Amino acid sequence: MDNLVIAGKTYNSRLLVGTGKYKDFDETRAAVEMSGAEIITVAIRRTNIGQTAGEPNLLDVLPPSKYTLLPNTAGCYTVDDAVRTLRLARELLDGHSLVKLEVLGDPKTLYPNMVETLKAAEILIKEDFQVMVYTSDDPIIAKQLEDMGCVAVMPLASLIGSGMGILNPWNLQIIIDNANIPVLVDAGVGTASDATIAMELGCDGVLMNTAIAAAQKPVLMASAMRKAVEAGREAYLAGRMAKKLYSASPSSPTDGIITPAPPSAARSA
Amino acid sequence: MIQLTINGQLQQFEAPINVAQLIDHLDLHGKRIAIERNGEIVPRSLFSEQMLAHGDQLEVVVAVGGG
Repeated sequence: MDNLVIAGKTYNSRLLVGTGKYKDFDETRAAVEMSGAEIITVAIRRTNIGQTAGEPNLLDVLPPSKYTLLPNTAGCYTVDDAVRTLRLARELLDGHSLVKLEVLGDPKTLYPNMVETLKAAEILIKEDFQVMVYTSDDPIIAKQLEDMGCVAVMPLASLIGSGMGILNPWNLQIIIDNANIPVLVDAGVGTASDATIAMELGCDGVLMNTAIAAAQKPVLMASAMRKAVEAGREAYLAGRMAKKLYSASPSSPTDGIITPAPPSAARSA
Repeated sequence: MIQLTINGQLQQFEAPINVAQLIDHLDLHGKRIAIERNGEIVPRSLFSEQMLAHGDQLEVVVAVGGG
């Protein structure tokens, strides 16, 4: 079986999805189920004191017994905020230590601050967290994160929530070539072909949220993304043909044609 | 009288309380929450033992949708 293995645990799906930006929990659940994802990200936020009585809880809709929850540090701009958030997450999820670390550098672009990310990763790894880390697509930083003990590196394809697709496949390729841990594209996927391209490059998986949640029909897009990731993975494993401007090697036999080809057509057929 | 800051809001209590009593007071009993007190996690197993002190800063969090 061609499975995704992260921190020693095996997953069938290479599509990881976020749970934000849906119109309600019913839509969240329907999209997550349709995506086939087994790992789903959640955010950790202050509860509304005095205003939550009877309000449904995300963990009731997407129970940890059914999914591997990946708490994130979205919205954290400092090492301290990120580390505290994930300590709370681990307590909330009964000691679950697989986390998604992101330390942002700028509210306009949500680009990661890699200096702070490296510091936070070091602290978290010392505290026995299993860190899947959101990173810029810098191959050197990605390798440093691997060397310090992160369990997966997750470079951006383009900015969070932008839907701009894979802007620098060459950097991704270098990161993938260098890595001995899973590489997942996280952020920037806009539509199914983006996910396929990421997988064709050799990514181990793709993590997305807005591409599904902000589609006109999120549940249908979740289905498209599941297929896109599977198609890209299979194409990667199959090994694509070489690209040539032209080959002069038609798919059909060149013998037995009922009329002889003209010399010019014979050359280019 | 003790004063606590809970998720950034000041609240006053007539008598000293522990974390479990605070959770009841906030109507959060049985909810999936985690609590940080003055920057340190309060393990669920210690909710009934840990007394809160005047000036404590508390964070009470839940999981929400996110990417």
